[in-house]
Amino acid sequence: MKPTRRARIHDRDDLRHHLAAWDRGGFSRQLRAEFTKFRTVRAWMIALCAAAAVFVLLSFLSAFESRAPVPALPAGPGGEAVSDTYMFVHQALAGDGTLTARINSLSGAHTPSSPSSGNGFGTSSHGEPGSRLQPGLAPWAKAGIILEPDTRQGTDYAAVMVTGSHGVQMQYNYMPDSPGLAGAVGSSSPRWLRLARVGDVITGYDSADGSRWTEIGTARLTSLPRTVQVGLFVTSPLYFAAGAGRGTPSVATASFDHISARGEFPRRSWTGDPIAGFYPTGPSASTWQQRSAGAFTISGSGDIAPLVGDIISAQWAGASIVNGTIVALLFVIVLATLFATSEYRRGLIRTTFAASPRRGRVLAAKAAIAGSLAFAAGAIATATAEVITRHVLADNGSYLFPQSEPALAQVIIGTGLFLGLAAALVVALGTMLRRSAVAVAAGIILLVLPGILGSESGNWLMRYTPTAAFAIQATLPRSSLVTSAYTPPNGYFPISPWAGLAVLAAYTAIAVGAALWLLRRRDA
Amino acid sequence: MTESLHAEWTKLRTLASTFWLLLAAAAVTVAVSAAAAAAVRCPSGGCADDPAKISLTGIDLGQAVVAVLAVMAVSGEYGTGMIRLTLTATPRRLTVLAAKAAVLTCLVLAAGTVAVLGSLLAGGLILPGHGIGPSHGYPAISAGDGPVLRAGFGSVLYLALIAMLSLGAATAMREAAVAIGAVLGLLYVLPIIAVFAGNATLSRHLEQIAPMTAGLAIQATTGLNGLPISPWAGLGVLAAWAAGALVLGGLLLRSRDA
Repeated sequence: MKPTRRARIHDRDDLRHHLAAWDRGGFSRQLRAEFTKFRTVRAWMIALCAAAAVFVLLSFLSAFESRAPVPALPAGPGGEAVSDTYMFVHQALAGDGTLTARINSLSGAHTPSSPSSGNGFGTSSHGEPGSRLQPGLAPWAKAGIILEPDTRQGTDYAAVMVTGSHGVQMQYNYMPDSPGLAGAVGSSSPRWLRLARVGDVITGYDSADGSRWTEIGTARLTSLPRTVQVGLFVTSPLYFAAGAGRGTPSVATASFDHISARGEFPRRSWTGDPIAGFYPTGPSASTWQQRSAGAFTISGSGDIAPLVGDIISAQWAGASIVNGTIVALLFVIVLATLFATSEYRRGLIRTTFAASPRRGRVLAAKAAIAGSLAFAAGAIATATAEVITRHVLADNGSYLFPQSEPALAQVIIGTGLFLGLAAALVVALGTMLRRSAVAVAAGIILLVLPGILGSESGNWLMRYTPTAAFAIQATLPRSSLVTSAYTPPNGYFPISPWAGLAVLAAYTAIAVGAALWLLRRRDA
Repeated sequence: MTESLHAEWTKLRTLASTFWLLLAAAAVTVAVSAAAAAAVRCPSGGCADDPAKISLTGIDLGQAVVAVLAVMAVSGEYGTGMIRLTLTATPRRLTVLAAKAAVLTCLVLAAGTVAVLGSLLAGGLILPGHGIGPSHGYPAISAGDGPVLRAGFGSVLYLALIAMLSLGAATAMREAAVAIGAVLGLLYVLPIIAVFAGNATLSRHLEQIAPMTAGLAIQATTGLNGLPISPWAGLGVLAAWAAGALVLGGLLLRSRDA
C-alpha cells in the first residue's frame, strides 16, 4: 500500500474490509517486494549480467576453438545435406525401360574400432589405411538397382535394394522407404529386384523366385531428362560395433546375376564409377568385376541417405550453446541460492513473514522473480550466442545444419525456460536447506553432475534427472535410414526437447511443493 | 601451533554438521559406487570396463560433500563473525589456516578411507554377478593388488586434496555460496565442456588440466595408455590446484580485514 494513500479505519469491520483489500492485491505486491530485494543488491544484478555475458563468451570461445572443417557437402533435392557415396555400375537409358537383377549374396566387413576409444573424442577412427578388416555387415548396407538423371552427387534418384538387416526396400530422394520382402539375402534366399521407368514414374518390384513379382512402391521424379543413368549399386555406411561410441568405415560386396535390361540402351556396355564424396569409406572400397554377360561382383562403401550429425564429425553448432548454458547455470544456481538463503542469515526473513504472513506466497514470489530474471538473461544470452556462434563456426569451415525458425525459437525460449526453472528449483532448495553451501551443492549435484556421467553416451541420467532439460537445445535431424551415434556431443539427446524440459519442470514443482510444506511447518 | 590445532579441532568437532557431513560423504560414496556397480551390464564379458574405477564411481558425488564440509569450516566463521574472535586469539593468520587444513585433512582422510574401503568391498561383491569378475577374465578387486591399491589410496588422497582446494577457495572468497559454486563449477563443469568441445586437442588438454578429470586418473587400473594424463601426474595436477587455492587464500587472509 502506497504511503500517500492513507486509509481511515473506523471500526473492526472497516479493518477487516481493508485487510481483505490488501490481501487481494497481495501477490503483485509480493512480487514487487521480492523484485526490489533482488534489484537493490548491486552484486546480484552484476552477477546476473555476468551470467549472460559468460554464456555468450563461452559459446563464442567454444565455437572459435572448434576445428571441424568439412569439404563441400552434396545437397539433396530439397537443398538439405545428404550422404551420396557408392559404387555405381551403370548404362544410359533413353526413354522408358526396365532393369532386372538377382542378388544372391551380400556380405560386409569393417575396419576395427580403435581399442583406446578414450571419451570418443580423442581418437579418430575414420579410415585407417592398412588396418585389417573384420567381417560384419552394416544394417543399412545396400545393394540393388538405382536410377538417376546423372552421376553427380545429390541428384534425384529412385532405387530398389536389399539391405544388411532391413530386408528389401524401395527408397527415393532420401525419404522414408517402402519395405519389400523381409529377411536376409543369401544363396538359399536370393532376391530378384526390378526397377521400371515410365516417364517420370519409377516403380520398384521384388520377387523371391523371378517369376512372381510384387510391386513395392512408386516414385515420381519431377523433370527427369529423357536419358537417365540406370544400373547396379553397392554401398555400406559406418559400422557401429556393439558398445562402440563411434562408427568405422565398412565395405559391402554383392554378387548380381540374371541381369536383363529392356528399353533403349544406346551404348550397350557397362561403366563402373565410384561416386565418391566426403563420406568416410573403407580401404579398397570400390571395385567391380564382370563375371559374365549378366553377372557382376561389386563392392562399395558409403551411404545414400539423409545426413545426420556425427557422420562427418561435423561440429554440432549447439555444442557451443551447451557450454555457455552450463556455465551460466552455475551463476544462476549461486544467485538463486543467495536470493533464497540470505534473508535467513540476516534475519530479514522474520520481517518478511511478519509483513506477509502467507509464507507460501512469499516463496512463490521469490521463485517467480528468480525464475523470470534467469529466463530473461538466458533467452537474451542464447539469442546472442546463436548468432555469434553460427558466424564463427561458418568462418571456421564447419558445416552447419540448416536451422528452421521454429527450431531457433525452441532453443532460445527453451534455454531461457531451462535457466528459469533451474533458478526456481534452487530457490526451493535454498528455502528447504537454508545453508547456502549445502543448497548450492545440492543444486549443482542435481543440475550439473548427472551430465558428467551421462552426457557422453546419453544414458538414462540425461532422461530422468534435471539435466534432461539440455535436450531442449537439440535441433538436428534424426533419420530412421541411418545408424549413427545419436549421443549428446553429436547433438542428440535421449529424450525429446519439450519432454526434457518437462522433466526439469516436474523436479521444480516437487521441490517448490516440498519447500512450501516445510516452510509452513518450521519456524523462520 | 598446538593451541591452534586444538582450537580448530574443538570448533569442528563441536559442530553437529561436521559429523553428519563426514558420515554423508562416506555414505553417498559407497551408495553411488554400489549403484554404479549394480548398473553395469556385461553379459558376454569383454567390455572395456575398469572394475576398480566403476567401484569408485561414488567419489564423483562424495567429493561434493567433502567440498561443502571444507567450505563451511571457513565460511561458517565469517557468517557468524567468529572469525574475528579466532584471529584475535591467534594473530598469526597463516597458522590458523594451516591448523584448519591439518584438522580437515585428518578428518577427510579418515572418512575417505571408510568410503573407499566400503566402495571397493561393494564393487568386489557386486561386479562378479554382472559379468565383471575373475571368472570373466578380469582381475579380482583386492586392496592388495598394486593398481587397485593405487586407485584406492589415490582416491582417499583425492578427497583430501578436494578438501584443501575448497578450503583455499573458501578462505579467498568467504561467501559460502560463491566458494562452493566456484569449487564445484571447477570440478564438474570443465569435464562437460571437454565433452562438448568440438576440438579433440582442446578437449584432451582440458581433461589434462581440469582438477576432476586429471585427479580421477588415479582410479584407472586398465587402459592406462588411453588416459589423458598418467595417474600420479593427474593427482599432481589436482595437488597444484589445491596448493594454488591455499596460497591465494592465505595471501588474501593475511592482507584483508576480517
